[in-house]
Amino acid sequence: MALQVTNSPFSEEQIELLNRLLPTITESQQSWLSGYLTAVNSTGKSSDTAVAVLERPAIEVPTAVKEVTILFGSQTGNGQGIAEQAAAKLKEQSFNVTIQSMSDFKPNTLKKIEHLLLVVSTHGEGDPPDTALPFYEFLHGRRAPKLDHLLYSVLALGDSSYEFFCKTGADFDQKLAELGAKPLAPRVDCDLDYDEPAAQWLAAVEVALQISIGGQSAAATLAGETVSASQYSRTNPFRAEVLENINLNGRGSNKETRHIELSLEGSGLTYEPGDSLGVFPENNSELVDEIINLGSWNAEETVEVNLQGERRALRIALLNHFEITVLTKPLLEKLSNHSESEQLKQLLKPDQSDDLRAYLDGRDLLDALRDFGPVSISEQQLVGILRKLPARLYSIASSLQANPDEVHLTIGTVRYEAHGRNRQGVCSIQCAENLEPGDTLPVYIHKNDNFRLPANPETPIIMIGPGTGIAPFRSFIEERGETGAEGKSWLFFGEQHYVTDFYYQTEWQNYVKDGTLSRLDVAFSRDTAEKVYVQHRMKESGKELYQWIEDGASIYVCGDEQHMAKDVHNTLVDILRHEGGKSLEESEQFLTQLIQEKRYQRDVY
Amino acid sequence: MTSTTKPVHIVEGPPSDVEEIKIESDYLRGNLIETMKDSLSAGIPDDDNRLMKFHGSYLQDDRDLRTERQRQKLEPAYQFMIRVRTPAGFATPKQWLVMDELAHKYGNGTLKLTTRQAFQMHGILKWNMKKNIKEMNDALLDSIAACGDVNRNVMCSPNPNESPVHAEVYEWSKRLSEDLLPQTNAYHEIWLDGEKVVDSTEETEPIYGATYLPRKFKIGIAVPPMNDVDVFSQDIGLIAIVEDGKLIGFNVAVGGGMGMAHGDEQTYPQLGRLIGYIPAEQTVEVAKQLMMIQHDYGNRSVRKYARFKYTIDSRGLDWLIGELHSRLGRELEEVRPYHFDHNGDRYGWVEAVNNRWNYTFFIENGRVCDTESYKLMTALREIAEIHTGDFRLSPNQNLVLGDVTAANKKKIEAIIASYQLESPAEQSALRRSSMACVSLPTCGLAMAEAERYLPSLITKFEGLLDEAGLGDQEIITRMTGCPNGCARSALAEIGFIGKGPGKYNMYLGGGFAGERLSKIYRENVGEKEILEELGPILNRYAKEREPGEHFGDFVIRVGIVAATTDGTNFHTV
Repeated sequence: MALQVTNSPFSEEQIELLNRLLPTITESQQSWLSGYLTAVNSTGKSSDTAVAVLERPAIEVPTAVKEVTILFGSQTGNGQGIAEQAAAKLKEQSFNVTIQSMSDFKPNTLKKIEHLLLVVSTHGEGDPPDTALPFYEFLHGRRAPKLDHLLYSVLALGDSSYEFFCKTGADFDQKLAELGAKPLAPRVDCDLDYDEPAAQWLAAVEVALQISIGGQSAAATLAGETVSASQYSRTNPFRAEVLENINLNGRGSNKETRHIELSLEGSGLTYEPGDSLGVFPENNSELVDEIINLGSWNAEETVEVNLQGERRALRIALLNHFEITVLTKPLLEKLSNHSESEQLKQLLKPDQSDDLRAYLDGRDLLDALRDFGPVSISEQQLVGILRKLPARLYSIASSLQANPDEVHLTIGTVRYEAHGRNRQGVCSIQCAENLEPGDTLPVYIHKNDNFRLPANPETPIIMIGPGTGIAPFRSFIEERGETGAEGKSWLFFGEQHYVTDFYYQTEWQNYVKDGTLSRLDVAFSRDTAEKVYVQHRMKESGKELYQWIEDGASIYVCGDEQHMAKDVHNTLVDILRHEGGKSLEESEQFLTQLIQEKRYQRDVY
Repeated sequence: MTSTTKPVHIVEGPPSDVEEIKIESDYLRGNLIETMKDSLSAGIPDDDNRLMKFHGSYLQDDRDLRTERQRQKLEPAYQFMIRVRTPAGFATPKQWLVMDELAHKYGNGTLKLTTRQAFQMHGILKWNMKKNIKEMNDALLDSIAACGDVNRNVMCSPNPNESPVHAEVYEWSKRLSEDLLPQTNAYHEIWLDGEKVVDSTEETEPIYGATYLPRKFKIGIAVPPMNDVDVFSQDIGLIAIVEDGKLIGFNVAVGGGMGMAHGDEQTYPQLGRLIGYIPAEQTVEVAKQLMMIQHDYGNRSVRKYARFKYTIDSRGLDWLIGELHSRLGRELEEVRPYHFDHNGDRYGWVEAVNNRWNYTFFIENGRVCDTESYKLMTALREIAEIHTGDFRLSPNQNLVLGDVTAANKKKIEAIIASYQLESPAEQSALRRSSMACVSLPTCGLAMAEAERYLPSLITKFEGLLDEAGLGDQEIITRMTGCPNGCARSALAEIGFIGKGPGKYNMYLGGGFAGERLSKIYRENVGEKEILEELGPILNRYAKEREPGEHFGDFVIRVGIVAATTDGTNFHTV
């Protein structure tokens, strides 16, 4: 039942805010909120603003501070996207919003801020994104100030298939509380399917801000859709027609890398070099059928596929809406509620985390159902334990200026064998095996302001992009060629074999010939007895590389995070040490500074 | 040519592009050191590829993949072919093992034994070329002048029957090869990290000079009665004259050559013409003078008219003889009598002198490789590991094991048996006298298949022979993918020269002993027409041939084609 002036002690404005908030909050938020209010009331008149605002809304003067600062720490740009949406939403409600990347934020201004929203992702072994690192270290260091005056809320992004799920967000949350800051709204941890939880978080934050500031001037402008150039977005993807689908690997290669050209005609979608394309893939139909058969579910039974209550047949839901190829701990926990398996219960015990991690690695829903079945759950319950099928992000390999109305991708096909079955990357296999010119793919543009060509076209650029990491650099060079940028450019590329794996070789040859690309160094690891990688080529040219950096070059790294990006980073440190005479610490500091100046940008995965 | 105006072959014009490249190259260096290092392409620029030939190698690409790779945004599948200079086709077992190893390490896992008795390796990637040449060099093998506008690999009959003469003739082929080698240090600098000549202006190329020859130049030595080297296809053909079991000298034939261009009847295959006899000790001097006449007079403006045969034909044989006599300061002696009876190889075991043996393997189209059912390359490697004699590559792309001891003969027989190298499927007489050039997919000149196609065509011919009741008839059958003539198709009894994909010009009537050129029989025909045409002719041959009459002679006698009596009437039907 909705609150009304007549059935509650609240004003009309308050009721509107509460009515907007209450339906969106989850069960756990509800219990948190009741506990919070109880606790606050029981401690009497503390200095807490939360209590104060509840008591004083109607009399607050209109000159109330409506300042909100949103900081995002984002590697892939998801966090930035959410932060920007939040900013737009709050601006519509006349908040004075400052939105910044954590890397651009001056920590000494923290003292002046009253409302702080953090949107931050977690990477690798629970690490903050590159751009969040300086701020993260500041807060965790000795110079971190008391923040008693601050109200904050954290939206944490992560992937529950990793062990340290949303750890960075949790760290920030904990640290801010330790420093005396008060939560404006509870932290929300988002998995890959973050759309809905992020929207809930933002709604909760909005209400809390209104209350904090004093409601009355928040004329509840129920805003319409954000006006943008295109009607298409992540939540309303554009079905882009495939124009071309080529295997870039010559015969005899161990790899299969697709070059896909898509038409954006009529979409109004635009992008810049460095952006990614989100692609909504479809699960493998054989795998879906195997799962349905295993559980003797009814493929035609309809299930809810989103919070709006839309329904689809189970088979369609598993094909297009839910993730079935990755196992997560939460999934197994939910599964164990419906399974008699002792083995599963054992695996989920707190002291079994190593075994659990080993089990999760490389297995999927079908494995879990086989290993821990039978499970007696309905079709609806089955999808209830699954995550939403996330869109895949691919660094765009083309320049829109050079290819109007087109977007190109470079997609490495993932095929491997694990635990006795052949496994496939959902999206890459769809692209490799089932996608022909004339077919369409649901796509959207994913902005990535952390991977941008220098504003000055004369600034030299150093690009390190082995494997499919080459993609954004094709976009960069196409763009620089198209716009006649004068700056020098140097590309490092590597793969296994020269003859079969030199992606876009003839294009690079032409760019070198016409001077658009100043220099290209290649490393092919399996053509010679000793393995050669891009970092070896960098080292060979350490002197020149150092000179380029001295001359103000921006450095870009794209591709594998685990090995390549680390090796490349260490090589840069080595070059700074050996060519620049810096100490290890100075070299690291120098690179951190380059990150802050956006002269060292990474798009790694 | 008996034309009243100046023959087309000696019309003067500006030097061809290749002449310019040679002059600019600083004695065959060009930019090869730099371009071989360039990592943006597995190929090299055209100008450097022209020079590459002088170093015994061509840049090629897998033509099967050309369009596919273009779509994949990959450059052509560039790779190098390297031809190893082996005068008279002679190699030690150790050298054989090195070639086998290199073929697997850097090449495509096969070896091609060429129609000029050289090893050819295909599929070598740019960054392996130096290592490959270095490792060849360590085994005393090189590729200097194996291609290019110079004297090429000197051919010599492997003649397993008469070892004492063979040894002497082999020495002459080696001397000719070495005395006529380019002297530039470029090969050592580029491939072997040799000391760079400080001032290359001081470097001299005493025989060739900076422009080398107008075109390739070929020398071969035959020992009658075998004409396996096709002595009349050479720019200089030497016919060994033996008296009382000793080599005394050579008859000299000049101006042979197989190449022509489709659609230009001013180009044609030609046979060498005998101009006299020379005592053995004059061999190098006479060969050098003949080569220098070509050096001085050959056409340097239009490359397709630049071979020695056109230099001679456009001025007359008498002019050549006069020019040679004046350069030598003496006249050649009268041609001595000789007799050739065939140009094929004799397979299997043959006893040589000193209680030694020779064994000749049939190697289809000269391709040494392993297939699922036929492990030829492995078997030859095992033989090389125990063999104490030598390997000789035959001019028909076959392989002779020379100088086998009686003890080894048994072991080698066992290896041959265990790998079934004598299997009948590989061995019909027709097949054993067939020959094809490499052609597609690696040869840049190829217009039609040859090596990959001829074996299946031969199988169909075998069917026709069986139907005609001709059984194990030996008929020289040759196929080339283009008219340049590497497999000497114009000398075959049945010859095919590629015109386009699946289409060939079909020639008949070449001499069994390589003494007569063939004649065009059908133009631009595919397999169906070839079989339809050939079937009735073979039936007629089975019924109407005279005792011992070869197929090439028969088709002329019964008027199926006219005899070609000279290269200049090759195109006259």
